[in-house]
Formats: sequence, C-alpha cells, structure tokens
Amino acid sequence: MGYLILKRIAAAVPVVLVVATIVFFLLRLSPGDPAMVLAGDMASPQDVAEIRARLGLDRPLPVQYATWLGEMARGNFGVSILSKQPVLDLIRARLEPTFVLAFCAIVLTVLLAVPLGAIAAWYHNSWIDRVVMAMSVAGFSIPAFVIGYLLILGFSMSLDLFPSQGYVSPFDDPLAAARHLVLPSLTLAVVFMALIARVTRSSVLDVLGEDFVRTARAKGNVERRVLWRHALPNAAIPIITVIGVGVALLISGVVVTESVFNIPGVGLLTIDAILARDYPIVQGLILFFALVFVGVNLLIDIIYVVVDPRIRY
Amino acid sequence: MTAPAAAPDPILEVRDLTVSLPGGLDRANAVEGLGFDVHRRQIVCLVGESGSGKSVTAAAVMQLLPRRVLRVTGGTIRLEGRDLTAAGAAQMCRLRGNRMAMVFQEPLTALNPVMRIGTQIAEVLRIHRPDMAAAEVEARVLALMEDVRLPDPAALRRVYPHQISGGQRQRVMIAMALALEPALIIADEPTTALDVTTQAQILRLFRDLLTHHDSGVLLITHDFGVVADVADHVVVMRHGRMVESGPPGQVLTRPSHPYTRMLIDAVPRFRFRAAVPAAAAPALQVSNLQLTYRSRSFTGKKRETHALDDVSFTIDPGETLGIVGESGSGKTTLARCLLRFEMPDSGQIRFGGRDLAAASRRDLRDHRRRIQMVFQDPYKSLNPRRHVGQSLVEGPVHHGVPKREAAERAAGLLEMVGLGGDAMRRFPHEFSGGQRQRICIARALAMEPEIIVADEPVSALDVSVQAQVLELFEELRRRIGFSMLFITHDLRIASNICDRVGVMHRGRLVEIGRTEDIFRNPGHAYTRELLAAVPGGALGTAGER
Repeated sequence: MGYLILKRIAAAVPVVLVVATIVFFLLRLSPGDPAMVLAGDMASPQDVAEIRARLGLDRPLPVQYATWLGEMARGNFGVSILSKQPVLDLIRARLEPTFVLAFCAIVLTVLLAVPLGAIAAWYHNSWIDRVVMAMSVAGFSIPAFVIGYLLILGFSMSLDLFPSQGYVSPFDDPLAAARHLVLPSLTLAVVFMALIARVTRSSVLDVLGEDFVRTARAKGNVERRVLWRHALPNAAIPIITVIGVGVALLISGVVVTESVFNIPGVGLLTIDAILARDYPIVQGLILFFALVFVGVNLLIDIIYVVVDPRIRY
Repeated sequence: MTAPAAAPDPILEVRDLTVSLPGGLDRANAVEGLGFDVHRRQIVCLVGESGSGKSVTAAAVMQLLPRRVLRVTGGTIRLEGRDLTAAGAAQMCRLRGNRMAMVFQEPLTALNPVMRIGTQIAEVLRIHRPDMAAAEVEARVLALMEDVRLPDPAALRRVYPHQISGGQRQRVMIAMALALEPALIIADEPTTALDVTTQAQILRLFRDLLTHHDSGVLLITHDFGVVADVADHVVVMRHGRMVESGPPGQVLTRPSHPYTRMLIDAVPRFRFRAAVPAAAAPALQVSNLQLTYRSRSFTGKKRETHALDDVSFTIDPGETLGIVGESGSGKTTLARCLLRFEMPDSGQIRFGGRDLAAASRRDLRDHRRRIQMVFQDPYKSLNPRRHVGQSLVEGPVHHGVPKREAAERAAGLLEMVGLGGDAMRRFPHEFSGGQRQRICIARALAMEPEIIVADEPVSALDVSVQAQVLELFEELRRRIGFSMLFITHDLRIASNICDRVGVMHRGRLVEIGRTEDIFRNPGHAYTRELLAAVPGGALGTAGER
C-alpha cells in the first residue's frame, strides 16, 4: 500500500508541473494588465511602468517563468498584488468554509444519490425509476445559481427556515453552522447528486444481470439483501470513479455557490482574484485546485484496492 | 434430514410443466408439458441442445426465472410434497439454499467477486440458521470445504474467487450447495466450463457426495459423455418438450427417438485418419519458441509464467496439426504468436522463407494475409454492425483485390460453406451459432491463406452442429488444400480432424506425433491423464480408441 501511494504521488508531480506551466502562460498571454489595475484610473504611464518593474512584469516571460517556478519550489506562492499578503496565507484562511461545504455536499450525495440510484435500478422501468431519472435530468439542467436563488426564495425568504447568507464555523457554533450550511450544501450537491444517481442506477442495473446475483438468490437471500449486500458492492467501482471525477464539478460549483450565499471560502476568493487580475492568487488557487484533484484521485485509487480485491497496482 | 435412504416418494415431482415465452418468438413456450421425478440418492440428467428448455426448467424449479419474461403457466412442481408453483416469495427464500440448492455453469461469474469464499459459504448458514454461533458456522464452513476436497480450508476460505482455479471455484459452489444438506441439488452444466481432467474430478465428487448426503441431483447437461458417466435416469429434451426418458442403459444404447439417436451419434468418438506421406518441405516451421510473462505482484515480488517453453514443430502443406491441452497450457498463446499478435521472447517461426518472429511491421502485413485465424466464439468475433459481405470483402480489398472480384469470391465462399448468396447482405445476429462459425471460416478463407489457425472453433457449438462444422473443415481442406493448426481441448475431436497432434502442458509441447500413435500409445503421463479423463466411457466413445 505504501508503495502504491508513493508511486501515485510520483506520478502526480508532472501533472502539477504541467498545470502550473499552463496557468502561468495563460494568464500572462491573456489581455489585461495588473499594473494598470493597481495603479488606478488617474495614474501616469510612469507610475504604471514603475509598478511593472516592481512586480517583475517588465522582464521577459521565460525569466518570469523561471523565477516563479523557483519560488514555488520553495513553497513561496507569491504575494497578492492588491492586499500584499502572502497567497498561501490568503488561501489557508479561506480553506475551512470550502472544505466544510464540499464535505457536506459529498456526504449528502452519497447518502441520498447512491440509494436513490440503486432503488431506481431495482424498480427498473417503473414509475419510481422514472421519477428518480426525471429528477436527475432536472438536476443536470438547472444551473447551480438558479437552484441557489430558488432555495433562498423558498426556504429563506418565504418560509424563513434557514439563513440565506454568510457562514458560521461548525467549530464555534455547530447548530448555527448547520442552519447556515443546509441551503449551500444542497445547491452544491444537486448536480453531483444527479450525476451519481444516474451512474449508480446504470451500474447496479448491469450488476443485477450478473450470474452471482442469481447465485445470491439461489442461496435464499431476500431481495433486499441481494441488492445491498451483493449487487451494490460490486457496482461500487464505477460509482467511486465518478465521485472522484465529480470533484472537478464540485470545484466549479463551489465558486458559484459561495458567491450566491456569500460564503468566505476559496471559491469567493477565486472570483475576487480573477476580477481584480490578482495573478499570484489566481495562480496559487489553480495550483491548489489541481493538487486537490490529484489528491482526490489518489484517494480514489486507494479506495479501489479496498473495495475490489481484484484490483492490484 | 433423517429421511430413509431410498424413500419411495420423489423429492422432486414435476408434472405437466409449461413455461411460456413472451409473444412474437418462434415458439410460444420455453417448456411444454414436461414431467419427471427426482428421487433421493439419484442423479437425473436433463439432456438437450441449446434452446431445448433444460436451463429454463432448472430456473423454474428454483423460481429464478427472469421476472416479466418467462412465466410458469401450467403444471406443478412439488419439492418434498410442497407445491412450489403456489409458494410465495418469502417461502421460496426459506426453501432456496435450504431444501434445494443450485450449482451453476460458470463458477467464476457465479461467485461474488468481492466477497471472500469462506464468507460466501457461511452466508447460506447465516441466512437459514440465524441463531447458529459464529464459531459453529466457521467449523461447518471448514468441514464443508474439506468435504469437497478443497486444499487447506483454513487459508483458502480467506481468499477471493479470482485467486483460485476454475475447478476449485466449482468446489466452492458445491460446498455452498451442500451447506444445509438440501433434499435437491440442481446442477446446470456444472462441468462445461472446466477442463476434462477437472470435469472428471467434479463428476466423481458429485457421485461420492451422494453416498454421504441424502440429496437427489438434477443434472443439466448437453454432453452425452457426462450422462453416460453419472446418470441414474435420463430425460432428453428438444424445443421445450420431453423427447424420451428412461434409465441410461436403455436411452443410450437403445434410443427410441430418432433425435436422441442423432444426438448420441453426434458425440465425437475417437476415429483416426489415414496416414499421409510426409512432404518434402514444411509449410511452417517453428523452432524453440519461448515466451515468458513477467508480472510484479503487489508487494513488488516478481512472478514468471512460462507461457511457451521451447516449443518446436512443423506443419506440412495440406496437413492438420492438432494442439491439445488444458486451459492455461499455452495453446492460445502459441496461436497468437504465429500471427504475431504476441511477440515471442526468442525462437523462430519460419514461413514462406522468412522468420516471422523477427519480421518487420511491413512484412507482417503481407504474412498475416497468408495465415488466418478462426476464433472460438463466433458470437463475439464478427462485427455486429456490419453486413456479412462487408466483413468478408474488407480483408482482400485491403490487400489490393478489386472490390468486385472480392465480392464475387466472398459470395462463392459463402456458397461453399453452405450459406446462400443472400447472406452477404445480412447481419451476424440473423444467423445461428453454427452459421456464424461458417461465416468466420469463409472470412478466413477469403484471404486465400496458406495456413489456418483455428482456436477451439467448435467448442462453443452444440454437438450436432459441431459435427457439421468439422465436416466442413474437412471438405474445404480437400477442395482448397490449406494447412491447419487446430487447437482443441477435446481429444476425440482432435482424433477426427488432425493428422498429427501435439500435447501441451504448462507451456511445453510434451509430445508430438501421428494422432493415432499418440492416443493409442501415449508416451507422456500427462497425455495418459488426459485420455483417461475423456467422458463417456460407457458410450463406447473412448472404447474405439
């Protein structure tokens, strides 16, 4: 197992490097100049030039790239152009709300979407199946911000059940935190749930046609046990794969959800940084997202080995 | 469980059973008016070809028919006096695994791949004896594994199905079926997916277990060899109806129905070919072929499998060389090497004045045309979305034959393999298994090869169809005159079609020579073992040797 983890981490290094490179050039080559933003509307060309020199933006691109990589390697992600704070600190300060939100969304998905998908497969072609699949199509089709505002309209403004804005840490006040998290987690989870329910359904449907399911019945298992004990564990691999891939979906969802509910997380930081053309933060964030993605996939690889004894790396 | 040894009442009584098919198929019922009994300590064999309704009958008894597709619409099935057709779902769950159990054809897919085998055996006990103590369950599992002669039960119960051999998996299935000493065990083609030597062991196991346990066995098979070896009573089925039934002595030696006679006649028997004089120069010469698979295990330990170990042989022009052996012996790897789908580590394949083992990509393209392959499963080896004609014309056109000429040749070949000219414009799914294999053969011949490599070309087919396809090979060889490497696990088939035969065991060609010489006077212990395991001694199939 240790060998596997080491191998996967080694494989992740080039991935992160490639992402870093792409990010660097993408931002440098896109129109817009952070020095202009920083200097403000009234600045003279000399002011702008001075700021560029201070930020190193006047040097040739390869030099900037090399300097930047060197700094990265030392764990220095740079300093925000606007707030002058280290990028790493900025991201670290915003981690908690995002992780709490993402965690709730994933738990919600696994608890709701997997059983729903399995039940839809079990009652294949019945009205239950159709209702679940219709919900799944709806979940795919409605953008997250629409769902967010609809939830606010219904549960916050009309019924006044949950607050519509802000974030409370569960480590400070668990109850208030839970109330604040319900709507954003739901908003974030909807697309994810739609995806997972669909994958679970087709995966379980495949497995239900397998010989060992017939064996399970021949042993005298009641139908419920056939589904949960025999079919679902064997359907797990594709479901886990999609949960892993779906984390990418979560990342984009986090940005939208945090804006809608005004949660001071990494997503909101991303939006602000992009709008302000704060290159160091955007770079740091994209790298951070890449690392999260690589980490999640490593975790998925390890889970594979645990759930399916046939898989060996 | 204290029933008398040979109770007069049958444990299973099937009367006038009818299972109906959904509308729009070629017949209304999968099974029609079927009736038979199974008594204690008795093996009743349901025999028939594919589509005869034998597996449907088994599933009907267990009530494992696919929901909404097949329904029991008439008759009664009584298990120890209880009418199962009237039993509810809960009652069936109590009976399945408890009073009746089932062993399936393909033990790899029939076992849950992510559950330890000990847990799978124990599950039967946990379902039906919920108050049995954990230690007791464990002891019973170990005893059962001992019973079905699984080696080292204490260690083996912790492994997963993919980690043991096919024969061992089937023993696990049988242990599961025996767990609660059910009155009835239904075995649906329990040895079809196994090697001959393993098949012989499993059949012996069934026989032995019957003397220890008081069960009756309903054995479903297509193989009259198996019937001859183990049956106490035979029921022959065709198109869902019973053709005839009786004790094996009567049915096998004095069949009253022409269909039964036809089936028995179609069982391959040892029949050797006349010797042919050796040719001046071989068409293909393989020398010292070596291929080792290396894999690294989870802990980084290296494992080596000698798939081919110093294999040498020749094939003369117009000759058929058989390669026999069990699964995993390297037969298919050899075939794949000849076509260079697989790169041998060392050795030579001399063909047409060139060494294929060292040939470049460009040379290979031409050589692949001259060596063509026919695969085992005709259902999977034709592109389902292309007309048969397209599949037949594609290869020659790729090698520069004008399209019109290729199409004419394809039509001619289809005629030659016994299919009409309209087959060109039809899709593979419109044909039966035997017809598809004819198409595959025509496809191989369309390339005008000098050598055909046939990997188990008839083992997916019913016996009566097998005989026809073998005849076709024979006739085509006479008319066209190609050499053939014929891979099979069935020694009887090998004796019918091969001039010479080579026996493979763990990657080595342990002996090679004229088929008749090898089979009459086997020089190697493994060859003798294979010959002894050929089923159907009582049928006289082995006796003609």
